[in-house]
Amino acid sequence: MSAQAPLAPAPAQGTAPAATFEPVIIGFTCNWCSYRAADLAGTARTKYPPNVRLIRLMCSGRLDPTFVLKAYAEGADAVLVTGCHPGECHYIEQNYKALRRFRLLQRTIEALGIEPARLQLVWASAAEGVRLANEIARVTEEVRALGPLNWPAGNMVDLDAFNLDAAWEATGGDAGGPPAAPDGANPEHAAVAR
Amino acid sequence: MCQEKCPKKVLDEVFEAGLGYRKAIYTPFDQAVPRTPVIDRANCTYYEKGTCKACEKFCETNAIDFNQEDKILTLQVGNIILATGYDLFDARKMQQYGYGRLPNVFTSLEFERLSNSAGPTNGHIVLRDGVTEPRSVAIVHCVGSRDKNHNSYCSAICCMQSLKFAHLVKEHTEATIYEFYIDMRTAGKGYDEFYQRIMEEGGIFVRGKPAEITDVARTPEEEGKLILQVEDTLVGQQRRFPVDMVILSSGLEPRADAKELAVRFGISCSFDGWAIEKHPKLDPIATMTEGVYVAGCVSGPKDIPASVAQGAAAAARVLGRIQQKQMNLEPIKATVHAEHCSGCRICNTMCPYNAISFDDVNGVSSINAAMCQGCGTCVAACPAGAISGSGFSDEQVLAQIEGLLRVGADGLALRRSAYPETHHDEIEEAVRA
Repeated sequence: MSAQAPLAPAPAQGTAPAATFEPVIIGFTCNWCSYRAADLAGTARTKYPPNVRLIRLMCSGRLDPTFVLKAYAEGADAVLVTGCHPGECHYIEQNYKALRRFRLLQRTIEALGIEPARLQLVWASAAEGVRLANEIARVTEEVRALGPLNWPAGNMVDLDAFNLDAAWEATGGDAGGPPAAPDGANPEHAAVAR
Repeated sequence: MCQEKCPKKVLDEVFEAGLGYRKAIYTPFDQAVPRTPVIDRANCTYYEKGTCKACEKFCETNAIDFNQEDKILTLQVGNIILATGYDLFDARKMQQYGYGRLPNVFTSLEFERLSNSAGPTNGHIVLRDGVTEPRSVAIVHCVGSRDKNHNSYCSAICCMQSLKFAHLVKEHTEATIYEFYIDMRTAGKGYDEFYQRIMEEGGIFVRGKPAEITDVARTPEEEGKLILQVEDTLVGQQRRFPVDMVILSSGLEPRADAKELAVRFGISCSFDGWAIEKHPKLDPIATMTEGVYVAGCVSGPKDIPASVAQGAAAAARVLGRIQQKQMNLEPIKATVHAEHCSGCRICNTMCPYNAISFDDVNGVSSINAAMCQGCGTCVAACPAGAISGSGFSDEQVLAQIEGLLRVGADGLALRRSAYPETHHDEIEEAVRA
């Protein structure tokens, strides 16, 4: 059987020249509003950049600040937090708690040397498929202009020494333990490679 | 009896659309539920002058109680069906059509009463003077609908309503009928056949949206008439149509308080104000809020068959929930692992449902699973990580982040999960190649 190419080419990271830099953005969506908005954008055939990868939470209030920092550490160039408009929370008022955490995170990432624009908050109701799509496009362009984040994280791997099979085995689930860092892992090197 | 004997006539602005009268004691309309007369205090002679009580004297069952007050009932219910309907687009907003200024410009609801055999004219279609039959009638479609200045959506019912009006005018008068339309939308069983029938009956269809309706005549034939200035887009030229009567097929709008309603019932609505269904195709009755259902025009313009179907569906859904005697709850719940809980009580203030209680004896918090709605805010707030949320645990979300950002040998994100397990080898080969 012939090798099958991936259906959708994934965005190139880091090594590509800045002009074609495709940022990777992790978007956290609320089950009741923004996730439905993204769904609506789909049913309405509204396009938005594939750079954003959405994770569904039940509520923006579920957003643990750890998730945002984890996303940066894992190589995301930006994080998009979305939730119901103020006053429209499905759980009465939890989006206000998300807002407080967002403000806290803004200050935290600035202190860590990450540009504030790499963390964005968008309110989108279930009806606002087009608006969400436009906001995703806007955030993507803003992050594209900022360039790659290259946040040096300990668990980044040296891509040149990356042994796919070993890593796959380690992370594939049957190993059980944490993925073993491949030999020669050098955070600085990895950062350059990205 | 009471309604017959009441001496006070009041202009009925609601059901008769300002064309007819009702008494100060009245039933809002014949099919009203409950079909019990009410007294309009603002207009009742007894409340004005302290005497009259004609209705009381003639009531055979002594049902009249002048001391009754409005009561606000507090009901505890498990299911709510919102069927609040729509408002009619206020045709006064389109000043160029002269509604409210030119007497013989009618709205669709006014014409509806005019043509009703139980209406103020007993079904005689007459001009505002109450006697003259029109010899020509123009029906204007899409008033306030499909119009960027007002509502951009199609109101769905106006084409068929306008065709019905044309048919009624033909049936009751000798008048010539003109229909001014943008597009004819006659989707539905028997609908297009009805359109064909009106054309066969001699209805004249002009494709164009009137720019203006005026009483300023340019020629002797236009004298005393209402003149519609319109670009006939099929002929490609400006035309003027002098008529006796104009009916504006006003569009449907969400109720003026639709957004307030949505907030009160915890559902969402679109910018226009139409309630949003759980799923536009697969669940058009339910809303995002468990136990709240929508039927009819509250979720968007609909004709009668669609509204009836939704009403029946919503009622059936609610009956099903009542009959099952047990509630199925969403499985997404938060739980406190008591052995990790430090008793800091941070989570206690996070819950909007008061599902978290603090056990003073053991010094730990616990969550009432029946009250928890699963938003996960306490899970995110717990500094000890002692609360886990089923379906959305920290491990699960963090694994999603890792999965989405996994980088392959060539620096590309692999996005393995998008492909079946069986194809992983091939994909890896392709990536290596």
